[in-house]
Amino acid sequence: MTALNTGHEAVSSVTPVRRRATTRRRAGLAGYLFVSGYAILLLAFGIFPTVYAFFLALTNDRGQFTGLNQFIKVAQDYRFAPAFLNISLYLVMWLLSVVVLTVVVAIVLRSRMRPRLSAIFRFLYYLPGALAGVASVLVWLFMLDPAVSPVSWLLRSLGFADFAAVLSPGDLPVILVLIAFWTGAGGWIVVMYGALNNIPDEVLEAARTDGAGPWKTAWHIQIPMIRKWIAYMAILAFAGGTQLFVEPQMLQTASLGRVSPTWSPNQLAYVYAFQHGDFNGAAAISIFLLALGLICAALLVTRSDLFKVDES
Amino acid sequence: MTNTSHASATRRRQSTLVPNLIVIVLFAALLLFFIVPVIWLLLAPTKTANELIHDNPLSFGSLANLGAAWRHLITFQDHALLVWLRNSAVYSIGALVVTLATSVPAGYALALTKFRGRKTLLVITLVVMIMPTATLVLPIFLELNQFGLIGTIWSVILPFSFYPFGVYLVYIYFATTLPREILAAARIDGCSEWQLFTRIALPLAKPVAALVAFFSFVGNWNNFFLPYLVLPNSDQFPIQVGLNQLLSSTPSFNPVAGAGLNITSPELALAIIIAIVPVLVLFLFSQRALVSGMLAGATKG
Repeated sequence: MTALNTGHEAVSSVTPVRRRATTRRRAGLAGYLFVSGYAILLLAFGIFPTVYAFFLALTNDRGQFTGLNQFIKVAQDYRFAPAFLNISLYLVMWLLSVVVLTVVVAIVLRSRMRPRLSAIFRFLYYLPGALAGVASVLVWLFMLDPAVSPVSWLLRSLGFADFAAVLSPGDLPVILVLIAFWTGAGGWIVVMYGALNNIPDEVLEAARTDGAGPWKTAWHIQIPMIRKWIAYMAILAFAGGTQLFVEPQMLQTASLGRVSPTWSPNQLAYVYAFQHGDFNGAAAISIFLLALGLICAALLVTRSDLFKVDES
Repeated sequence: MTNTSHASATRRRQSTLVPNLIVIVLFAALLLFFIVPVIWLLLAPTKTANELIHDNPLSFGSLANLGAAWRHLITFQDHALLVWLRNSAVYSIGALVVTLATSVPAGYALALTKFRGRKTLLVITLVVMIMPTATLVLPIFLELNQFGLIGTIWSVILPFSFYPFGVYLVYIYFATTLPREILAAARIDGCSEWQLFTRIALPLAKPVAALVAFFSFVGNWNNFFLPYLVLPNSDQFPIQVGLNQLLSSTPSFNPVAGAGLNITSPELALAIIIAIVPVLVLFLFSQRALVSGMLAGATKG
């Protein structure tokens, strides 16, 4: 300590550099301490489960390495292809409706409506988001039951005489889109509206002086300027859509078994784990879904400039 | 001159008439789509199951019916509803506390300190944050099962506490609002790293902590998948899993198991309302939070 002090005094001209070096080291150590709690959670519930799922998917129930056999086994399961097909059909309809409608609605709310009225609309559209998850499915079970539905006239005129007719397996993608749209679209409208608000007024003003009408402005200026937000929404909506579990699971319960219990890939993984006791197979299906989620995340992180990883 | 401009204005008005009409119809249809189910839900518990079928769907029944529905609901499985609500509160608030305690310091360190691996940690955080939470649920179940943690409250609270989106929000917040120079100056004045965090960063963190708390609480309160997998007993269920059990006890949706029980449509509707009240209250005040959270979650380029 004393030696260090003398050295300190002797080379006083170097001190600022050294002090900066020690502060940096001190800050580095502190950095580790500050992130430690989160890092433990990340390891325990992010990294480790992923690694463990990979391990399970590459081995059998006795822990022997089996290569890609688990993946081949689940992919050849007669329920595997239909589950992915179901989810694809749902995803196409869900993405089309959520992207087109939220963008159109947000643009109208932003440019063609008095701010007061626009705020009321946004709030009312957004409100059902509070019922996300189980609650939304239950509400829609009632909405789709001609016996109690406030739109039973509509259901009957579409040819659905009773609840059983509505809940036929072929209708599931439409029902799921209705539920997803009901709980999710309002939030996205609010977010898109926020993104539109970030476009400087001068830009819109300039377009108006150049003679662009509201629809031209929307098409040539507003939509291109929020393009990355639309991509952001589409990718998150896609990634979330691949993971459907609660909604088809509850519709299955309510349909008294007419809807397949393995309608979505996540349900199939659930059946593997809980009914067959086949954790290796369940892990293999999870890996397929994990890969889809990872691809989406990697796309957004690397291909868009939406996320800031380093402050410049 | 005046004449021609007048004529062109009329023409413009005519040419926008049809699109305007389409817009009005679209907005009205969407408004009905979003709001009618909510109104129906709020009115349903005031009617008996029979009135629900035969009365006007959007009519008010009576408060007596509401009381009856409440009594039926509360006696279901000996006050199970209250137990589920308490469980939900314990899981969501417990996770919220751990989330705040871990994500605020972590976001601060990622934004304002330098350490090896910082960038890697940030990228992993981003990737996990964008991936839907459901992707990791089954792997987490398999892990917890391996370690024999299934059925404990920690098997829900700890995974709920892992919230990379929260870390990212705090990171963005500090990176954009707290200049490094302030910290550097305080360091020279002899502040320790801990003091920098508690005296400078923490007091500033209130708005972002509220934002993280909102997203975390709403997400965990509504989470179904994980507790559904890891909690086997009804007395451990959070309200979401409890609602699912109520569904399979309702005669209209399950004639076999539901027979003889008092849980009919009005009771189910009332249970839904009770289940969403905490989130609904937050939603009434949170629209601004949603925008700033989602738009900050991904910064402008």
